[in-house]
Amino acid sequence: MPDTDLETFRAETRAWLEENCPPTMRTPMRSEKDATWGGRNPVFAHPDQKLWLDRMAGRGWTVPDWPSAYGGGGLSAAETKILREEMARLKCRNPLNSFGISMLGPALLKYGTEEQKLEHIPKIARGEIRWCQGYSEPNAGSDLAGLKASAEDAGDHYIVNGQKVWTSYADQADWIFCLVRTDKASKQGGISFVLFDMASEGVSTRPILLISGNSPFCETFFDNVKVPKANRVHDENKGWDVAKYLLGHEREMISGMGLASRGADPLIEAARRGVDPILRAQIALFEVRSKAFSAMSERFIDELKAGRAHPAQPSMMKYYGTELNKSRHELLMAAGGSDALEWESEASNHGAAPRAWLRTKANSIEGGTSEIQLNIIAKRILDLPS
Amino acid sequence: MPLYLTDEQQMLRDTARDFVAEQAPVSHMRSLRDANDATGFSRELWKQFAELGLTGILIPEAENGLGLGHVEAGVVLEEIGRNLSPSPFLTTAVAAVEALKGSPHAARWFPGILAGETVAALAIDERAKHDGKIGMQATRSGSGFRLTGSKQFVAHGHVADLLLVAAATEHGTTLFAVPADSKGLTAHPQRLADASLAARLTFDGVELDADAVVGEVDQAPLARLLAAGRTGASAELLGVGGGAMDMTIAYLKERKQFGQVIGSFQALQHRAAHLYSEMEVARAAVLKAQQLLDSGDDRAADAVSVAKAMTGLATTLAVQEGIQMHGGIGMTDEYDIGFYMKRGRVLAELFGDANFHADALARAAGY
Repeated sequence: MPDTDLETFRAETRAWLEENCPPTMRTPMRSEKDATWGGRNPVFAHPDQKLWLDRMAGRGWTVPDWPSAYGGGGLSAAETKILREEMARLKCRNPLNSFGISMLGPALLKYGTEEQKLEHIPKIARGEIRWCQGYSEPNAGSDLAGLKASAEDAGDHYIVNGQKVWTSYADQADWIFCLVRTDKASKQGGISFVLFDMASEGVSTRPILLISGNSPFCETFFDNVKVPKANRVHDENKGWDVAKYLLGHEREMISGMGLASRGADPLIEAARRGVDPILRAQIALFEVRSKAFSAMSERFIDELKAGRAHPAQPSMMKYYGTELNKSRHELLMAAGGSDALEWESEASNHGAAPRAWLRTKANSIEGGTSEIQLNIIAKRILDLPS
Repeated sequence: MPLYLTDEQQMLRDTARDFVAEQAPVSHMRSLRDANDATGFSRELWKQFAELGLTGILIPEAENGLGLGHVEAGVVLEEIGRNLSPSPFLTTAVAAVEALKGSPHAARWFPGILAGETVAALAIDERAKHDGKIGMQATRSGSGFRLTGSKQFVAHGHVADLLLVAAATEHGTTLFAVPADSKGLTAHPQRLADASLAARLTFDGVELDADAVVGEVDQAPLARLLAAGRTGASAELLGVGGGAMDMTIAYLKERKQFGQVIGSFQALQHRAAHLYSEMEVARAAVLKAQQLLDSGDDRAADAVSVAKAMTGLATTLAVQEGIQMHGGIGMTDEYDIGFYMKRGRVLAELFGDANFHADALARAAGY
């Protein structure tokens, strides 16, 4: 598209966003509770969240670069970038947080059948179904391919048994995408990728209380759950390909967690109010890396869209982004002093700062630990031997 | 504009890569050092840069240059950095050209730069740390000015034909284009740790005509000059850090201990992977600064500081890991990795180090 058309698109997008993004949705989120997740039983802390979601979904702009045939926006890479830039300029909140968008959707677009795409992707785009991810197990963390949850062949369906852990928001999810073992003889080559309704008979979840005092993760149990074979994505025993592809997208999402449009930056605000010179210097050096990583994120997305990114580059993004986010919250805690220790008070927004600080410690564990990412970079990018 | 090199820029990179690696590899720098060369670079090589058009990379096409931007200049500088090639490219073809562009001085100096005959140097620093403070006085003298004071860390200052000198005038800072043969100007070349030469300059009542002023009196185009210099130095640092990293990773695949290549040890793999990440992030920061400078975006100033600071940090890590992972051989003069450490140190200091630029970012953000 010529530059003049892109400038027209930018002007129209800016006008539409100014008209349609409610002012409340241009303020920074106070806590995780302000995030919109959608689903069958959606929870909105403010009614404008629903309005904003519906308006964006109406244009397919919850997933701007997905095909319009499946409810996406059908935008080009350049147009998508402009939309994101204009949303950042107006400080618009993300209209929809969704593992369907950040993880399952891209995998379905690549590996799903036409029926699967038509069934699931529009509902992801509109935020009608909330998904969770059944990957890790008690004895399959970093060594994910060692997973044991089994799917037994029963003709036109599988019988699934086993346990998953660290299933984010499983207690609030409508459907799960899940890795199951369909062949015990082969490790990576014995895994299949299946989708099923969390309301199915035999599925139960139990939230896990974390150090943040919150329970975003669950243990999830499957007791003779019946899953139609039509719900398998890609071939039987080829689920590891789908899993790896999806993990790449998950890593991208986690790498960007510290970078979402935040409006006023609390770290800079704290520094402006006055901190000791050593902390000021630490914040300033942190900001160098943080701003450089913003450029890296832009470069990565541009290279990805153009097919120029190294396939293992998401590991670098995930490693660097999560370590940076942990540093950021350490600095926020140091700048906040004893105010940032209050766990329950109204003034502290029920301990938003310390809970967020503790939450970030999972960033470098979930989706593959930092150490696993470094292994991947060393082997696949630097070509260092095993 | 996507944040990666266009096809044309990649072609330029390939040309520059082949040219610099062939004509001025690390062995070229080593032989100049071993010969105790007093110029600090090869004039013949500078001519070759000119023959390829590269000395005119930032000079407008209407003035017979290539009319390209900071992204392209950076592509060349990265190869200079990767090969540790001694060259006045950064001071002359990038910073000086950027400062003189559009001024009456362009007509006088650009033809010599295009021909690979003229070398320019930047006389900014007056103390050991680049701090942005200009104390050297330029007082009114007749219709012109009289310069008194001293400068240091002036790369190529002892052989430059043209010196761009920042001095304090009544209501601000003024930039002067000072011919090297001006009376009262003395250059004392100093050999630096990386074997390059930088001069200490003394100005003992150097008389200048009013037309020596670049831009306006009290309004030196210093920000433009320094933005170009810092961005260029960042690109060169990227080459130094990248060259050190590539050499180190190649060594990890070759050196054997305990019966296996040391690159198979996870302790080293993780450090190498971390280094790779830092260098990738630095590369993105440099390209961002170059693109913003080229499009005249007002966010360029911050981006330039990010690039200079980030490349300083990443390259410092690259050369330190480089020597450590090479072990004993890394400490020998015979092996090249030590040259990367020395060059990286000099470039990290040039036009403000990582601390200086982190501080500048903090001030710009209001803390």
